[in-house]
Amino acid sequence: MGDNPSRSENATAGDLGMTGRHPQGAGTGVSPRSYEEPPFGGGGALPKKTRFGMEAGFRGLSVAAGAMVLVIIVAIAVFLISKAVPAINADTENFLTYKSWFPNETEPKFGIAVLAFGTVLTSIIALLVAVPIALGIALFLSHYAPKRLATPLGFVIDLLAAVPSVVFGLWGRDVFMEPVRNFSAWLNEYFSWIPIFGGDGPFGRSVLLGSLVLAIMVLPIVTSLSREVFMQTPGMNEEAALALGATKWEMVRTAVLPYGKPGVIAAVMLGLGRALGETIALALTLGVVFNISFNIIENGGNSIAANIANSFGEANETGRGALIASGLVLFAITLVVNMAARAIIYRRREFRDSAA
Amino acid sequence: MAKRIEASNVSSYYGNFKAIDSVSMVVEPKTITALIGPSGCGKSTFLRSINRMHEVLPNARIEGSLTIDEQNIYDPDVDVTAVRRLIGMVFQRPNPFPTMSIYENVVAGLKLNGVKKKSLLDDAAEQSLKSANLWNEVKDRLSRPGAGLSGGQQQRLCIARTIAVEPQVVLMDEPCSALDPISTLAIEDLMFKLKDRFTIIIVTHNMQQAARVSDKTGFFSIDKTGDPGRLIEYDDTQKIFSNPTEKKTEDYITGRFG
Repeated sequence: MGDNPSRSENATAGDLGMTGRHPQGAGTGVSPRSYEEPPFGGGGALPKKTRFGMEAGFRGLSVAAGAMVLVIIVAIAVFLISKAVPAINADTENFLTYKSWFPNETEPKFGIAVLAFGTVLTSIIALLVAVPIALGIALFLSHYAPKRLATPLGFVIDLLAAVPSVVFGLWGRDVFMEPVRNFSAWLNEYFSWIPIFGGDGPFGRSVLLGSLVLAIMVLPIVTSLSREVFMQTPGMNEEAALALGATKWEMVRTAVLPYGKPGVIAAVMLGLGRALGETIALALTLGVVFNISFNIIENGGNSIAANIANSFGEANETGRGALIASGLVLFAITLVVNMAARAIIYRRREFRDSAA
Repeated sequence: MAKRIEASNVSSYYGNFKAIDSVSMVVEPKTITALIGPSGCGKSTFLRSINRMHEVLPNARIEGSLTIDEQNIYDPDVDVTAVRRLIGMVFQRPNPFPTMSIYENVVAGLKLNGVKKKSLLDDAAEQSLKSANLWNEVKDRLSRPGAGLSGGQQQRLCIARTIAVEPQVVLMDEPCSALDPISTLAIEDLMFKLKDRFTIIIVTHNMQQAARVSDKTGFFSIDKTGDPGRLIEYDDTQKIFSNPTEKKTEDYITGRFG
């Protein structure tokens, strides 16, 4: 036995022979830099893992950033609720159904119904107008326009998104109102049998004007996001459709639109979010009338955000609380819309995930 | 069903670049023709010229004439979608529509052609999947996403989708290059079966595959990078692989070149 030392005895002997932080293990090659340091793949004892370093630092930073979102959301919610609840308690009418807004009286009377209705109505009309046009532009830019035209046109669309909303509001009020008034009068003359185009005027500062201005503001967001997702359609799927004998439009319907659907829904929801929250453009263009009416061409219309902008200045304690309560309702509407959108996207996720 | 393809002096261009030069060949109905040759020699370009998929790329055009049963494929009055319905194509990488189920994928071409009746679509889906040797594997999950199948199954799904519109000719552009040997064998078996009904032209890098499946073989080559690809030799597969006329062909198939 003594003549044939076992492997473990050998290994022990080897270990004893090594000292220092970087023991040179067996089978090491020649280090390119010096003979002191082991090569990158060098042997020896496994190095200790670093306890505090960049890894831990960045991990901590990203956890903190994530946590901050929660903290901010909770802080906002606490603020809104703490201001809103006393005002709603002081309300002598039903907050959800009362159709007027007098929170600054000694007996405050106010209700969200008209404002919420106006907010949703203007946003929906804006999207009905904007989304088909936006999808048309997006498809044109991604699949029909020659590249020389598509690039500058896409740039112009992005520029439209950069115009401040107050500019849109002023333009809508001073320039766009005239053609909309004439158009409204024309609609009223020939289509007054449709309730939404009825009434006796005056026309102009109406839901229609506000919605159209909103539509123009929403258009660039929906367009540029949709264009992005349309351009990501895998070329091989487009070719598959064409090889089956599809025309260009059939190819778009078979391969491009279904593939882009989740992205388009997300784009529309972002647009809707902007429309619901839009303040100053609507404050400048709507007629600020407190009634629920589906007539979209007569002077009138109001929205939660526009009402906050118009009446915050002259509001007292309860008045401000009431406005904050209306803001809370706006928040709830946006939340519901977003969750609905997510649900739509989630339902088809099996198809989307396997696409990758 | 199957039709005869005749190409004479076909040259294809991408802009100013000439990809293939003056290719002439006749493909008889109900045969399998393999196109072999080194990468970049224009086999796929020629294949895509046959169903006018070549012109999908910007600035792509062809010269010369291509006919299917004496009708000019490139006649200005011919509806290009009709040509592609007549001449189906299977691509290199399986490309089922990711948003569609297995069933929807198979009937996609029929729906494009205006078939709406559920019973017709159901029949066509079953028949095509059976022809593509896929029916037994997917019949219980037709509503599952097509992209969830394995690579070989996806490729057979694409073949089913192609033959569902009842084309006369099926073009295959390296259909097995992304597949494992077992899936490759499944597709080769399928090609033998489909030969009874369709004219098949297949581009392949796998010379054993060309030797196994095809009746005729065309060898494409280029002299050097940047030159257009040419059809060097076109003959019965057996002759190409045992006693080729051209030195270049012999060098290629014996592995001394390319």
